[in-house]
Amino acid sequence: MIQGFLILLLCQLLGELLVWMLSVPVPGSVVGMVVLFFALIGYGKVPDSLRLSSEGILKILPLLLVPAGVGLMKHFGVISEYWGALLLSLFVSTLITMLVVALLLRKFISGEESK
Amino acid sequence: MSLWQHFQSQPITWLVVTLVVFLLASWLNSRAGKTPFLHPVLLSLSLIILLLYLTNTDYPTYMQGGQYLHLLLGPAVVALAVPLYDHLATVRRMLVPLLLGSVSGALVAAVSAILLAAWMGLDRALLMTVAPKSVTSPIAIAIAEKIGGFPSLAAGLVLITGAMGCLIAPLVYRLLRIEDPAVKGFVLGVGAHAMGTAFAFEYGMIAGAFGGLAMAMTGTFTAFMLPVLTSLIGV
Repeated sequence: MIQGFLILLLCQLLGELLVWMLSVPVPGSVVGMVVLFFALIGYGKVPDSLRLSSEGILKILPLLLVPAGVGLMKHFGVISEYWGALLLSLFVSTLITMLVVALLLRKFISGEESK
Repeated sequence: MSLWQHFQSQPITWLVVTLVVFLLASWLNSRAGKTPFLHPVLLSLSLIILLLYLTNTDYPTYMQGGQYLHLLLGPAVVALAVPLYDHLATVRRMLVPLLLGSVSGALVAAVSAILLAAWMGLDRALLMTVAPKSVTSPIAIAIAEKIGGFPSLAAGLVLITGAMGCLIAPLVYRLLRIEDPAVKGFVLGVGAHAMGTAFAFEYGMIAGAFGGLAMAMTGTFTAFMLPVLTSLIGV
């Protein structure tokens, strides 16, 4: 399990390094995820310790989001001023997104994978 | 009073508060039938903010404890590679429709959110905050940090988007007569990330698996696409 956790941390570190070297504004952790994904394809299976750590950390993921979420208290001024515009853009944008994706996918995978 | 001041300055106090409140919120959420509108994260952060107000504690003091949990978001994002790898066979078999769906979904979600918010007169930092709203929170927080938005506000908007998406999806299925569970799950994963994926499992394992795939692919693509996109459309 410690090895698995170390793999996650090393991938993130490698991601941060790549981001810095290429000076692209992509989060290092996302680059680390891509690195790990291709490493797993190359290796051909998920090592037990990695599976243990990653499933463990993903299980508590909602808890990990709470501290950042509490930071909302810093933005109450902005929220009270713009909440209508924020909520409306979220709603309309999500509706459009779901309509577009559903239409596209219905064309391409309907019937093929539904069984 | 000085006893409280002593505890207030201990990081461990806020770690314990966060865990206790989260367990309480999860319990309340399952009592309420797991509705996305009483999401454990939304509920816990509201309760903790209330508590911080009542005890006159500022955010930096809270974060001295909270940072230990926050730090684990990075490796958690990396860990998303494992479920993605588990679905490799599906990804390979349906690479074109899956890529098409997640790429176009990620583009439409970010562009429409930015344009709508700009049209309603929000400033640049807020545009960069709504842009990752369809991306799973740990990735959205990292993106907002990178492109100059407000990470914690982005996290909140992501949660609200997730709840909205669970409400919108059934309407979309009815409107477009979608029956295929794979399509249902994928639509939820693209539009409403992790919360949508959890909701997709209600339609069965296939829908849930496609939701998870959609969430991981959309999040990854958005992280690479948004910085380029924002410089392209000049915001």
